[in-house]
Amino acid sequence: MMAERLLSVRDLHVSYGKVEALYGTSLNVDRGTIVSVIGPNGAGKSTLLNALMGVLPSRGTVEFCGNDMGGVSIESRVAKGLCLVPETRELFAQMTVEDNLELGAFTRYRRGDKNIRKTLEMVYSLFTRLEQRRTQFAGSLSGGERQMLALGRALMSQPTLLMLDEPSLGLAPLIVKEILHTISDLRSTGVSILLIEQNARAALQISDYGYVLENGEIALEGLSSQLANNPRVIESYLGIGGGEGS
Amino acid sequence: MDLSTILILSQDAFTSGAIYALLSLALILVFGVTRVVFIPQGEFVSYGALTLASLQLGVVPGTVWLLLILACLAAIMETVRLLLSGAVRKLPRSLAVILGPPLMIAVLVKVCAPMHLALGWQILLTMLLVMPMGPLIYRVAFRPLADASALVLLIAAVAVHFVLVGLGLLFFGAEGVRTPPFSDAQLTLAGLNISGQSLWVYASSFVFIGLLAWFFSKTLYGKALRAVAFNRNGARLVGISPDQAGTLSFALASIIGCLSGVLIGPITTIYYDSGFLIGLKGFVGAIFGGMASYPLAAAGAMMVGFSESFSSFWLSGYKDVVVFTMIIPVLLWRSLSTIHYEEEE
Ligand SMILES: Nc1ncnc2c1ncn2[C@@H]1O[C@H](COP(=O)(O)OP(=O)(O)OP(=O)(O)O)[C@@H](O)[C@H]1O
Ligand SMILES: [Mg+2]
Repeated sequence: MMAERLLSVRDLHVSYGKVEALYGTSLNVDRGTIVSVIGPNGAGKSTLLNALMGVLPSRGTVEFCGNDMGGVSIESRVAKGLCLVPETRELFAQMTVEDNLELGAFTRYRRGDKNIRKTLEMVYSLFTRLEQRRTQFAGSLSGGERQMLALGRALMSQPTLLMLDEPSLGLAPLIVKEILHTISDLRSTGVSILLIEQNARAALQISDYGYVLENGEIALEGLSSQLANNPRVIESYLGIGGGEGS
Repeated sequence: MDLSTILILSQDAFTSGAIYALLSLALILVFGVTRVVFIPQGEFVSYGALTLASLQLGVVPGTVWLLLILACLAAIMETVRLLLSGAVRKLPRSLAVILGPPLMIAVLVKVCAPMHLALGWQILLTMLLVMPMGPLIYRVAFRPLADASALVLLIAAVAVHFVLVGLGLLFFGAEGVRTPPFSDAQLTLAGLNISGQSLWVYASSFVFIGLLAWFFSKTLYGKALRAVAFNRNGARLVGISPDQAGTLSFALASIIGCLSGVLIGPITTIYYDSGFLIGLKGFVGAIFGGMASYPLAAAGAMMVGFSESFSSFWLSGYKDVVVFTMIIPVLLWRSLSTIHYEEEE
């Protein structure tokens, strides 16, 4: 069965001034799948997501749900169902947890969506810690709670494609597991995910397809289970004993 | 100085303080959302009072022409922008949005002006005339500069101020106006005469500030405006358009300015250029609030009202000197006591 193509990126170039950070990246995300992008520091992973969201200008074609995204503003991309949790999270530090979450549903509110309350309850049941801290300022949350809030705020928009930039950044191993588990559960709710992770083993475990990005170019791609057994990937990203994760 | 003098001076202080408080809130809002130090805020005050005065005389106020000029400028800029970006299809709709409301308002005012309507209706017409100017000014002068530095925006604000004052002179002439009070009632409280107009000022600003507080803390649009002020990138990522937020904040700025003008019209004589000083005093309040805190700004504005009122008693010629000298200790205090919020991570 052919899966529906959700995101298709062809020959994407991004540069910071004169310095090119991505040259000619192509990648696809099918509906209902989790796709992970792994790679060393400075490979251009965050650059890729920011360009897809329209935060950074880029050359090349980005098609989302069959629509060309060239020249489409960040806000319109959000309205079309694209959502980014950036590496810097960009929470509203001086506003409460609940305000942050409500604002996550801003485009839905504008559209007159009546089910925002329900999503809020869903997010609270997913992250009970957020519910306990609903009136606390986002800036006063712990690092892990902030990650949860960032993810929760993104979920409030009920995205079609959720792009996560290192959702486990700086978290304790136990919570990393919890967050990644949550992410893989999201697939069953119909969300497709483009995931960037330093923890390559876990990323390949929960994703269907994977790309290895090195120096601004896709070095390898394949089904996650195959990538996890690829000797080059094992050597560079999984370390000793990485073979068993599939 | 005896008690009754103090009471009378305090009454004045509260009246002007309330107006400055309103203006300082507008300044903070616009600055937070668009990074524009909106020097021309006070022009809406003069336009408000002058427009109402024209309507009282049954003449078509000059603001009608001002509004139409602004709308045409905005329409031309929008046309050029859409032609350059190749999105000609959107042109008719954009033009209708930009030109439609100002034209309708202009026609409405032209029809109603000679009818000598009741004061309430005239105030409504005044608000209708002045309100669209904020968003139009934003569209013409500031939106194209959205990515410019704060300094460039400040320079643009100064330029807009001079243009608006010049146009004010052109359309309203150099004569000052004083509009009739909303009510002639005199309230006597503990031996103190309180004019009906002062009560109107207190009540209106109280209600309006309350409405603003409700808007910013309870409605999602209000929260969205605050979100843009706190974190522009984060706001865009949840789908809030900074352009629309800017338009909304400028609309609130012109409403607040116009309301202030309508409220003080019966208390002081307003000339085409009176707004500037009034706006600057609101600005002192805004600085008191670090251009960020609404309650502190309101408190600061009250303080400005008090120092102005009491210094006009002791050293009347220097009251403005006293008020603006206050900026220096306030800035010093702010720089020593400001809590710097760390951004994310
Ligand atoms: N604002 C910027 N200005 C100039 N160069 C930048 C900027 N942001 C990133 N770069 C450069 O672009 C390259 C890719 O950066 P990017 O942040 O995308 O890497 P990454 O793969 O996300 O790394 P990490 O795993 O450390 O997050 C790096 O060489 C970086 O130095
Ligand atoms: Mg990164």
